[in-house]
Amino acid sequence: MSELLQFLLSGVTVGAVYALVALGFTIIYNASDVVNFAQGEFVMLGGMITVMAYTAGAPLPLAALAAVLATAALGVAMNKLAIEPARGAPVVSLVIITIGASIFIRGAAQLVFGKQIHTFPAFSGDDPIRILGATILPQSLWVIAGSVAVFVGLWLFFTRTLLGRAVLATSNNRLAAQLVGINTPFVMTLSFAMSAGIGALAGVLVTPITMTSYDVGLAFALKGFAAAMLGGMGNPKGALVGGFLLGVLEGLTAGYISSQYKDAAAFIVILAVLFFLPQGLFGRKSTDRV
Amino acid sequence: MNLLSIEGLGISFGGLKAVNDVSFGVKPGEIVSVIGPNGAGKTTLFNMISGVYQPGSGKVLLNGEDVTAMSPHLLARRGMCRTFQNLQVFQSMTVLENTIAGYHLQESGSVLADLLNLPSSRRRAKEAEAGARDLLKRVGLERAAEREAGSLSYGSLKRLEIARAMALKPKVLLLDEPAAGCNAVETEEIDHLIAEIAGSGVAILLVEHDMKMVMRISNHIVVLDHGEKIAEGDPASVSQNPAVIAAYLGAENAAG
Amino acid sequence: MRLTPKSATLLALVVLIALAPVFFPSGFYYRVGALIFVNALAVTGIVILTGWAGQISLGHAGFAGIGAYACALAPVHWGIHPALAVLLGAAVSAVLAWLVGRPILRLKGYYLAVASLGMGILISMVLNNERELTRGPDGIEVPELGLRAVLKDAGLDLSNGQFWYFFCGIVLILGAWLALNLRDSATGRALRALHGSEVAARTVGMDVAKLKLQAFVISAVYASVSGSLLALQNKFITPDVAGFMHSVEMVTMAVLGGVGSVAGAIFGAAVLTLLPQVLTVFAEYEQLVLGLVMVLVMIFLREGVVPSILRKIRGSGE
Repeated sequence: MSELLQFLLSGVTVGAVYALVALGFTIIYNASDVVNFAQGEFVMLGGMITVMAYTAGAPLPLAALAAVLATAALGVAMNKLAIEPARGAPVVSLVIITIGASIFIRGAAQLVFGKQIHTFPAFSGDDPIRILGATILPQSLWVIAGSVAVFVGLWLFFTRTLLGRAVLATSNNRLAAQLVGINTPFVMTLSFAMSAGIGALAGVLVTPITMTSYDVGLAFALKGFAAAMLGGMGNPKGALVGGFLLGVLEGLTAGYISSQYKDAAAFIVILAVLFFLPQGLFGRKSTDRV
Repeated sequence: MNLLSIEGLGISFGGLKAVNDVSFGVKPGEIVSVIGPNGAGKTTLFNMISGVYQPGSGKVLLNGEDVTAMSPHLLARRGMCRTFQNLQVFQSMTVLENTIAGYHLQESGSVLADLLNLPSSRRRAKEAEAGARDLLKRVGLERAAEREAGSLSYGSLKRLEIARAMALKPKVLLLDEPAAGCNAVETEEIDHLIAEIAGSGVAILLVEHDMKMVMRISNHIVVLDHGEKIAEGDPASVSQNPAVIAAYLGAENAAG
Repeated sequence: MRLTPKSATLLALVVLIALAPVFFPSGFYYRVGALIFVNALAVTGIVILTGWAGQISLGHAGFAGIGAYACALAPVHWGIHPALAVLLGAAVSAVLAWLVGRPILRLKGYYLAVASLGMGILISMVLNNERELTRGPDGIEVPELGLRAVLKDAGLDLSNGQFWYFFCGIVLILGAWLALNLRDSATGRALRALHGSEVAARTVGMDVAKLKLQAFVISAVYASVSGSLLALQNKFITPDVAGFMHSVEMVTMAVLGGVGSVAGAIFGAAVLTLLPQVLTVFAEYEQLVLGLVMVLVMIFLREGVVPSILRKIRGSGE
């Protein structure tokens, strides 16, 4: 029993990170129909920049803030330099562009930060908290709280603010949004900034647990994508639920089957969802027209 | 006997009935036109007949066989082919290659033969090319054969699509607005072409906006409005039909 | 005599492969050349799949991994001659591609990209984790092909570098010949047609699902043979051959040269294989440059370098 709980707790922790990455995917996908394979690099950058600022002497909260802001700025730059110039390109080209951008960021990170593994101290110490015979790190609670907070914040933003509704309008119909006077380039900029910032936040929160290095981004991108797909591409609620579900599945796989093949869980999920549930758990069915 | 029979075909999009309970038939050598105001459901009907959409109700019979919702490539094997209102040509291939593509069913053999460039593969390709060049001559595109299809004018592309469809030697040919965007001369050329194809015994189903052309070449006309069949008959009787006139006037008044 | 583009490409390739050694400053370049040919072979497969049929794969290194490990494992475990192991690897890759391709090729765009990526990563995961068989991430030795000794007995004495240069060169010429045959055949035309418009391809009777599967299987065999040749000439292989970066390299080489053209594939493979060999500092910047090339080519030269240049030449000639 306590064993199962332990696997569930560790699953929920990583699931919270996947949920954040999936939310990042969702924001950009809704704003531009682009699946940004560089999403995982934002997670890596969040952790790495925090490490750099922290070792340079900045207090941890300040270092984290700097990381989130710098990554958001990078997300905006990526949109302007790589995505906008290719607007209207076929999907194959966009896949190659975002993969290219992700490899570029990874290569740059390797040059700047080196190949070592980095970490920084947990926010509230490393003393495990006992729950029914299982343990959880205080940092895990930070991660879980962070993803729920981001989700609630996004929900409020999209439903309660004019700007949020402008973003939603743009994602529904770009041309119509332009016609009613919404500044769609700004919406794109905002979406990339938010998405990259959320990714970076995930990196900041999880690095004390999993540590980070220049090449962790791809795994996060794939799992975030799997989570987003499981929940239903483009649906924030789906991203949150999909993230936690995938994390739990991975935790259980690692616990009961094989920790070496825990990463396979995500791909099995991707393939299973693609074949049996193409719209995901919360996705809407669409009618395509010729 | 009808070569193509449509029996009670219908489909809804999000609760809205786009086409409802439409029936009619096409005989060999006959030109049947489907007309109606914009949004009457003509192209949707075409998409159901040609297997692009799955109908919500009703049947499509080809030569007596139930082919409802059958994949277009299987319909092609059974002798049904179509053209598209919004042009579906292979843009980056040459005009000649586009036409040869129409010979796919006759031309294709084993992949292995194609990889190894075996004599059988070469012979098939040669036959297809000869046939395609003949067809291009018939539609007046022989001089554009080596050009990239994407560089052709709209009217030429329309003719290219017809040539590609003719390459299949279809028994039933569905033409979705073949003269749209063409000038008077081009329209007349297409006119003759369609009559010629029908003359060789092909059953032709036509959607067209150019009323003069429809009245000139159709043997039989089916009129749709709001997804329902409101009239059918020969050109003379349809053009006198009060319901048809009302539908067109109503559409025009609404548009005006 | 009028030269068709196909014979022109093949002739240029034969001449290049035969004459390039004249300019080699050292024996080391035979090895670089052989690596170029091996990569170009895999990229030719990508041209068929992505350039013609329009289907993306980010997992083709998985098939290279199967080809490579077939040569490492089959001779040792089942006593199969390395040359036959190449064929065995190709057969396993083809069967796997057929099985995996049927479901995943129904997917489009991003979904296909991710599904194929997942497939590739699963293969490399198996190669990394099944240590008892593959010896894991540290890699495994690959037996000698033995053809060089046969040639020597027959009176043709080649250095190791020379042998692999010419052997891989011949395989590449063969691979290019097959691909170019395919291009102008019914199958190749149908692949390019479905890339242009799947709806129209169906209406002229093309079995789109079957055609995509054929392209997937053929390209998997190209990748597999490429992996086998890499393993045999290095006499050592690690699971990196099946890794994501290798898949990305294949796609990048293809789009750099021009994903629709065999000549472009070879050009792209040559550039991206030569670069790290010529610029030793490149190793550090490899990912940076690879990523930059992918983004820039897709934005500024969407057709790739070779087709863009050819278009320019033709344009000014008229």
